[in-house]
Amino acid sequence: MQLNILTLIYLIGSVTFIIGLKMLSNPATARRGNLVAAAGMGLAIIGTIFLYEDEAGQKLGNYGWIFGGLIVGGIIGTLAAKKVKMTAMPEMVSLFNGMGGACAALISIVEFDHWVHTAGWTLYPPLSGLGFDDAPDFGTGHLLIIVLGLIIGSVSFAGSVIAWGKLNGKVKDFAFKGQHIFNILLLLVIVALATYLVGWMPANSQLVFYILFALSLLYGVFFVFPIGGADMPVVISLLNSFTGVAAACGGFLYDNKVMLTGGILVGAAGTLLTILMCKAMNRSLANVLIGSFGGGAAAKGGGTKEQGSYKEITLSDAAVVMSYANKVFIVPGYGLAVAQAQHACHELEKLLESKGVDVKYAIHPVAGRMPGHMNVLLAEADVPYDKLLEMEQANDEFATTDVVLVLGANDVVNPAAKTDPSSPIYGMPILDVELAKTCIVNKRSMKPGYAGIENDLFFQPKTSMLFGDAKKVLQDLISEIKNL
Amino acid sequence: MGSILEWIHANQQIIYIVILMIFVGIEVIGHVPSVLHTPLMSGANAIHGVVIIGAIIVMGKAETNNYLALILGFLAVVLGTLNVVGGFVVTDRMLEMFKKKKKG
Repeated sequence: MQLNILTLIYLIGSVTFIIGLKMLSNPATARRGNLVAAAGMGLAIIGTIFLYEDEAGQKLGNYGWIFGGLIVGGIIGTLAAKKVKMTAMPEMVSLFNGMGGACAALISIVEFDHWVHTAGWTLYPPLSGLGFDDAPDFGTGHLLIIVLGLIIGSVSFAGSVIAWGKLNGKVKDFAFKGQHIFNILLLLVIVALATYLVGWMPANSQLVFYILFALSLLYGVFFVFPIGGADMPVVISLLNSFTGVAAACGGFLYDNKVMLTGGILVGAAGTLLTILMCKAMNRSLANVLIGSFGGGAAAKGGGTKEQGSYKEITLSDAAVVMSYANKVFIVPGYGLAVAQAQHACHELEKLLESKGVDVKYAIHPVAGRMPGHMNVLLAEADVPYDKLLEMEQANDEFATTDVVLVLGANDVVNPAAKTDPSSPIYGMPILDVELAKTCIVNKRSMKPGYAGIENDLFFQPKTSMLFGDAKKVLQDLISEIKNL
Repeated sequence: MGSILEWIHANQQIIYIVILMIFVGIEVIGHVPSVLHTPLMSGANAIHGVVIIGAIIVMGKAETNNYLALILGFLAVVLGTLNVVGGFVVTDRMLEMFKKKKKG
């Protein structure tokens, strides 16, 4: 009876995950979708704790440990998630993803230990092929799943931690010659060792298992190391789907349908999401993973291009130009996020509107460090949703725009993406801010953006530079406009 | 060859689930606007926290004198909970901001 209830609970859980994901992909229902999935998860967790029975009808024990873990994890998780700054959210997601991967890897380690001590030795010599006939639960398939969970979970954990470090600047880009070949070799060694372990079940299987564990961690590190910081969202999304698959391995292991459905669902959706993100940047996944932005290619591109001359604009001139314009577009970028300038930005927008200027925002799909990053930030500052225009809409309107104010964005407005086939960002759709009558670019300095390449836009006659921290500049602009 | 067929036969239910879920996962988020990429990723991140259930089972099955299983299991429960709770809370915080603008 109790087991039947648990089955029902798992069924409900699986359905809430599907519905939750569906609702999450629509702006109107997204928040409720998240809550629906969370409710399903809570139900599944509580159900497992109190109703789970293993094959022998044994209930779970160690309640003290279980609840202790839930409470510790729950408190730290809630605090971390509540305290984190809006700008640091991508890192947080990456870190949480890594925790999930580590969890899957730990489960595999414990289950392997269990396997070694119970069924492992009795199965000698190994079963032929994938045969399950002798011991349905402890055969090759069982071991294969344990090993898969270990490898995928470890790669996801190590990779996510590196991605987290890269996003918050603790880990620098690091690549050496032949790294891709090294990575491929490492992966081959892992596959070979795993095949050896699962297929032959050698006497020293414990040693092989822990070597696999170490190599998988190493692979996770080297997998993410050479990838440029600007591409981290794509990598996190990919690692996210890895963790989904690792969770699904757990589902196989315990014949647990809610883990299986949840894991595979995230694995599939995460993979598609990764591809969608790449598409938003007009790049292929392979290009992101192998491209090593910021490394050799960028140095070459940056060095050969000669610096033109650019002109600066004073605050008061900028204030005049903007307050007498009919239509102003604001193009936010990572600089805005770093300076926490979203509130000042909204204030400027309201001030200009009160002077009869039509103000809108042009949001590039990958502006900032994450797709949707700018939308979240500006929404935090209460910027109305209909003022945020997506790239295609904005590009249609630039021709009739008087002033474009670029706030700490660089690569997403770089015309080289259209004109220079040798540029690392060639082919990426950009915001055509050069179509507007004037363009004011706020940056902290002339330093190139994240992709490490020069931006011709800054040297065009229609463009003028306004150097300084985005928040400071915006506040000064506001007081200048008020004084007009 | 025979053993592979046998394996498929023995696990057909699970294989069906896997294949159908792959299609459901792709279908369900197929039309997501790029604005929602980050919250969706974060939400999916929380959902794969379902691995916590495996951690709870490991923990609950561990014999009280098996310290490896107890310690690793405990760690797994903590990490899994972090993934679930942190994931859902972060996603909610992101989406909270989307909601505000609707009223405004």
